[in-house]
Amino acid sequence: MNSNKKLLGAVVQNLLLVIYAIFALFPLIWMVILTFKPDTQMYTTTFVFDPTLDNYKEVLFNSDYISYMIDSLIVSGGAVIVSVVAGVPAAYALARYNFPKKEDIAFQILSFKFAPEILVVLPLFMIFQKLRIYDTHFGLIWVYQLISMPLLIWVVRGYFEDISVEIEHAAQVDGYTWYQIFFKMLIPLIKPGLVSSALLAFIFAWNSFTFPLILAGTNVQPITVAITKFLGTDSAHYGQLAVAATVSALPAIIFALCIQKHLVRGLSFGAVKG
Amino acid sequence: MKEQNKNSTAVNELNVVPFKTRMRPYLIVAPALLITIGIMIPFIMSIYYSLTSYSFRLPNYSFVGLKNWIAILSSGAFWKAVWVTLRYAFFSTAFEMLLGMGVAMLLNNLNNRFSKILRVALIFPLMVAPITATIIWQLMLNNSVGIVEKFLNIFGVYNFPWAAGASTAMMTVVMIDVWVNTSFCMLLVLAGLQSLPKSPFESAKIDGGSPWFNFRNLTLPMLKPSLYIALLFRLMAALQEYAIIFGLTKGGPGDTLMNLSLTSYQTGFQFQKFGFALPYILVLWVFINMVAKQIVKRQRAAQKQAAGLEE
Repeated sequence: MNSNKKLLGAVVQNLLLVIYAIFALFPLIWMVILTFKPDTQMYTTTFVFDPTLDNYKEVLFNSDYISYMIDSLIVSGGAVIVSVVAGVPAAYALARYNFPKKEDIAFQILSFKFAPEILVVLPLFMIFQKLRIYDTHFGLIWVYQLISMPLLIWVVRGYFEDISVEIEHAAQVDGYTWYQIFFKMLIPLIKPGLVSSALLAFIFAWNSFTFPLILAGTNVQPITVAITKFLGTDSAHYGQLAVAATVSALPAIIFALCIQKHLVRGLSFGAVKG
Repeated sequence: MKEQNKNSTAVNELNVVPFKTRMRPYLIVAPALLITIGIMIPFIMSIYYSLTSYSFRLPNYSFVGLKNWIAILSSGAFWKAVWVTLRYAFFSTAFEMLLGMGVAMLLNNLNNRFSKILRVALIFPLMVAPITATIIWQLMLNNSVGIVEKFLNIFGVYNFPWAAGASTAMMTVVMIDVWVNTSFCMLLVLAGLQSLPKSPFESAKIDGGSPWFNFRNLTLPMLKPSLYIALLFRLMAALQEYAIIFGLTKGGPGDTLMNLSLTSYQTGFQFQKFGFALPYILVLWVFINMVAKQIVKRQRAAQKQAAGLEE
């Protein structure tokens, strides 16, 4: 009786998971299927069609796709690097020291993530043009800090808070300098949080649409803005769009697979770490 | 409220007076703060510009006082946009949280190979940009040739209007938002679940607590910090969602989906009335900040409570 109930429970749970997985993954599978579909059969066929690599050839070799990808990589990668360099020390300070206004500063940094993008973008549009950083990599990397920095600081801060200050003291007594302690001891300890928040920051920066839509033009075109071009003005090239979308998801997927080991564990935002 | 670190005596030792040492934390935080504060200048500017008649079209602009604000706050369009913003944020966040939590628990309960693969695979929707996801969904939902239409035909449903219908448009954008962002909630909840300590559950097992009792009294309180973070990030993003609505219907049909972000963007860039565009979004910003502060406060409290349960 009891074991029957248990079995039934497991079946139901698996079934629910399958249903959700179909909802979550079917659009992606569909997107990949579209990449092989010729434009002429886009509307007339569903699963059975003459697969072709034309869409890939068209997107990868006959368009500026590669340069959009490079722009996206520079801008998102650059944003994450700047966030790590400036953010990890800030997270350390916010975790280790007690100083006046600490919680206010921490909240202020976090609140940047929630600033309505349109509000930031309207005045920045004017400022960027005055500073001549409109439509540059630098400008986008700067504004992307709003996306990447707060997240990174908050995850990493949680990790620093969990590291006992005594082991730092012990290392100091052993004659290690502050820099050695930081790089040789603390950085390895916060690695899971650091890499998984860096991945999330990278994904959010990579996927950002509003900022590059308004703050970049013709010189710098991240993939999210450029992708709408495949919809074309005369006819929509959905096959090519699907290729563009599929290939553009690859960097984040590869990144995620590389850090798979840390990925889930790294994001346990200050939940009890057992 | 002072944050009491669990190493507080040791931390206080680090704080022993010399001025250089006292300034150190500020110096370390400074780069991060400077980079982001540079971006804050626009906020202050935007308050000023909201009091002017600034437009990209006109060479000059003048100070008009509260004229823009009064005109907007007394217009029906503003309150409509507020209503759309709140409904969108509520429904998408609620579904994402519930679904994300449910899926994370299933993944955590079932420790089989299938669930291990899904743990990675279910994150993939997050990696497709929302704007791209919207286009893919648009194609799938197309009511003459889309795959979903063909599927619904099996059940005798024809020409479901999706984004084109005034009554179904909201549901459609919320569905796409849920598709894109449930993974995020799932990821955070799963991370929280996997880092729960084992010992309280073992003692509960000995005491013979029911699963529901364990969930309410152990899992939920210890999971709360993660839940609050997921809620915080999702709710704040949903309140200002732009890409998905813009990509799907540009706010239509009619003005059904014009939330505060879209209204502001349209007024500022399409109609080129810059000063007139800002109050919409400034109101949203103040609201977001207030809500965020409350959630952060609760999150910090929940974190302390959860740490207490560990023993």
